[in-house]
Amino acid sequence: METIQNSENIKPPANRWLRRVKKLKSNKAGLVGVIIIAALIFVAISADFISPYSFKEQDFSIMNSPPSTAHFMGTDEFGRDVFSRILHGSRISVYVGVVSVGLSVFIGVILGSLAGYYGGWLDQGLSIVTDLTWSLPEILVALLLVAVVGAGIECVIIAIAVTYWAQYARLIRGQILMLKNEIYVEATRSLGATDFTILFKHLFPNAIAPVIVAATIGIGQAIVLEATLGFLGMGAQPPMPSWGAMMSNGTAYLFISPWVIVFPGLAMMVTVLGFNLFGDALVDIMDIREDTLK
Amino acid sequence: MTLLTVENLKVAFKTRDGEVEPLSGISFDIDAGEILGLVGETGSGKSVTAQAIMGLLPFLDGRVSGGRLLFNDQDLLAISEKQYQQLRGNQISLISQNPMTSLDPVYRVGDQIVEGLKLHLAITSDAARKRAVDVMTSLGIPNAEKVFHQYPHQLSGGLKQRIVIAMGLCADPKLLIADEPTTALDVTVQAQIIELFKQTTQKHNIGLIMITHDLGIIAQLCDKVVVMYAGNVVETGPVASVFTEPQHPYTQALLDCIPKLGMADRSLHAIPGNVPSVSTFPDGCRYHPRCPKATPYCMKNTPETLQTKNNTKVKCHQFSPQWRTAS
Repeated sequence: METIQNSENIKPPANRWLRRVKKLKSNKAGLVGVIIIAALIFVAISADFISPYSFKEQDFSIMNSPPSTAHFMGTDEFGRDVFSRILHGSRISVYVGVVSVGLSVFIGVILGSLAGYYGGWLDQGLSIVTDLTWSLPEILVALLLVAVVGAGIECVIIAIAVTYWAQYARLIRGQILMLKNEIYVEATRSLGATDFTILFKHLFPNAIAPVIVAATIGIGQAIVLEATLGFLGMGAQPPMPSWGAMMSNGTAYLFISPWVIVFPGLAMMVTVLGFNLFGDALVDIMDIREDTLK
Repeated sequence: MTLLTVENLKVAFKTRDGEVEPLSGISFDIDAGEILGLVGETGSGKSVTAQAIMGLLPFLDGRVSGGRLLFNDQDLLAISEKQYQQLRGNQISLISQNPMTSLDPVYRVGDQIVEGLKLHLAITSDAARKRAVDVMTSLGIPNAEKVFHQYPHQLSGGLKQRIVIAMGLCADPKLLIADEPTTALDVTVQAQIIELFKQTTQKHNIGLIMITHDLGIIAQLCDKVVVMYAGNVVETGPVASVFTEPQHPYTQALLDCIPKLGMADRSLHAIPGNVPSVSTFPDGCRYHPRCPKATPYCMKNTPETLQTKNNTKVKCHQFSPQWRTAS
């Protein structure tokens, strides 16, 4: 009988996340991304212990000295160790990247799901706001916001969140719009489920995968935007080192000591690469429909 | 005892080109423990009827534009959405059209049955789980404990359909609406599921509305049949009467379409023409363009529903004295 043949196919339930970790292991590029992100987080947490020098101690006897065995990324115009400053600068990048994207995903996902689910004036209003946000260059929006709320890390976070939330709102809105006509939604409603249950328990988990992917890549973008604002002097204030500010200071000495600008730039490039690689890998990993019996 | 009365039910949907009326006044009723078959071609309004009874139309840009729906003497059109929600799954359950897509892919199937239970019964998670496994076992799911923890994509169509039925049954509804529950299944599984429906309705004394376009299923399973065409009920009555002596030309044509063993080659019957779409329903009797017995009278006048001698009701001019005098 059909049912008996079925029972042989039944495997003990494997944990979905365990399976995803396995999938990640077979994805080389994604693995590289994970290693870069893990290293970055480790550096950000333990910067105080692993830095060979203080990030703010100035030593005018070794100003703008090139990479050597003592300072293998050289020193800047105040004689500070570039390597130590890069390690400390990772804190701001990670902090700003994660918190600002977290905030924009939070806002975007809630507004986007409500708009997609209920439609009507909420949806139209959201569309207008997202279109507006997208029609403005993000750097201008961020600059304007920083000008309004003031410089500093928190302001940068708010500026980035306000600049980026619309893209997540639109992403999840489209997902919800597509998913709300699925038959299992009607089936769940026929069971007596409320709008709240349908939206947050059933539609949400089905819609969230692309948002997680976009957010991962978004962290890379946010780090670049933070550095840009830092480069323009709007980010973290001295002596706190941020990669963008370091590069900004380095421009004055570009031809005397290029290492001051090259190494923070490299650090940022590797970081963004890490998030992008991981985000690309997540596209495959998060797809529930790919979780077939294997 | 009459469980559900549908009286002159009309449904309207908003579309870009104005309102359309996919149901224009249908009537039938169903008793507890009775199985009613709702049959008709695609687009005849079967699924809309189910959605109207479930109160799902507001979510689909539609509304009931006339008539009455009485469930256990309660007027379903007068209650609030909140009250309806209490009714859905608890008193009236819908088994949706396609088992393949009726389950949420991100949850284990057992948890989806438990969800239905917990929505309506004051029940602990453990008790709900136990009850879900019991219901699953009673529906002939082997290894119910194990299947409970599977995801929908890990199950076969037959198993998924049983899970969907379990979801519909677990809160002990009084009325079950099954919208083409066997269309996506192969014939052997189909037979098992039909048998299952038969047993379940008898055991729990529930009313079942079986929506299908398979006349074989109706003959096998149902007590009463409602034949729908283009948003109207054209013929209704006990299955035995309707199938042995169909009165409406449409029912006759439908029955003629069933292939019989020993038929000569290439002699399959088909009803000429197509089902009109909701925006192009013809005037007069909606079946007249395809009806072999149509007369000019049928093109102009809308037929009444008339009682015939063998306990069926038919919406056809043939049985009215005016038609006879006019032709």
